[in-house]
Amino acid sequence: MSMQQTAAPSTSSRVLTNLVALAAGLIFGAGLTLSQMIDPAKVVGFLDLFGQWDPSLALVMAGALAVTFLGYRLARSLGHPWLAPKFQMPTKRDLDVRLLLGAALFGVGWGLAGYCPGPAISGLALAELPTVIFVAAMLAGMFVYHVTLERRG
Amino acid sequence: MEIVNFTPYSALAGGALIGLSAALLMLASGRIAGIAGIAGGLFRPAPGELGWRVAFLVGLILGPAAVGLLGGPVPVPTFQTDTLGMIVAGVLVGFGTRLGAGCTSGHGVCGLARLSPRSLTATLVFMAVAIATVYLVRHVLGA
Repeated sequence: MSMQQTAAPSTSSRVLTNLVALAAGLIFGAGLTLSQMIDPAKVVGFLDLFGQWDPSLALVMAGALAVTFLGYRLARSLGHPWLAPKFQMPTKRDLDVRLLLGAALFGVGWGLAGYCPGPAISGLALAELPTVIFVAAMLAGMFVYHVTLERRG
Repeated sequence: MEIVNFTPYSALAGGALIGLSAALLMLASGRIAGIAGIAGGLFRPAPGELGWRVAFLVGLILGPAAVGLLGGPVPVPTFQTDTLGMIVAGVLVGFGTRLGAGCTSGHGVCGLARLSPRSLTATLVFMAVAIATVYLVRHVLGA
């Protein structure tokens, strides 16, 4: 039975998994809204370290980091997640060119627009054309990565 | 340096909600709440991999509406660049976060919570480059 569940989760487990993902997305989007991170001006206000500086984003990250850290500690005490056979943690350890170049390219785009992926997608809710344009371009960039440098396996 | 527009309480509360989301996704499904990874994974859907990603992203878009319905403040966005700038920035963010295997949430929150040296490095790099970019755009080019 347990082997079968690993291969193909039951329908009810899959529905529950999707409902939890929906709830997690909703909570995430609410957090981005409450902290005003869906306003690019708020984000660039943080990145403008050498002008008039708004430290808010640092506290958003500190709050998120503290709760995530505790949640992950709790997760480590479980044998497996509530709804899945195993935890899917990243396994790569090396600091390679991909990591550094990718982070640098992301940093340029983040600084230019004040949008990273979460706030941009969440910000679609505000029905503003520039946000739609940014998200479309972002998905195009992800697609270009998929058809060029993405490793299969 | 002059400190302006600082909103410490809503920042901490919003951050805590983001952490709650990341903790929930790990405890229930064993998944990292990295938005670039969740969205980028749409392009190579393995069996059973599409549903939860779409569900999470739909929830993400419903988040601001939920705050509004509960009577909370929903910010009005002020855009920082024109249409061409948005296109260039969007492509860089999409390609860069996939190449670098993470964004502000995947590396900056989830990765740091795992005490990952890769995520710490990536976070320092994208923070420094973004700060340098804003410095260049605002204080050198004066746009």
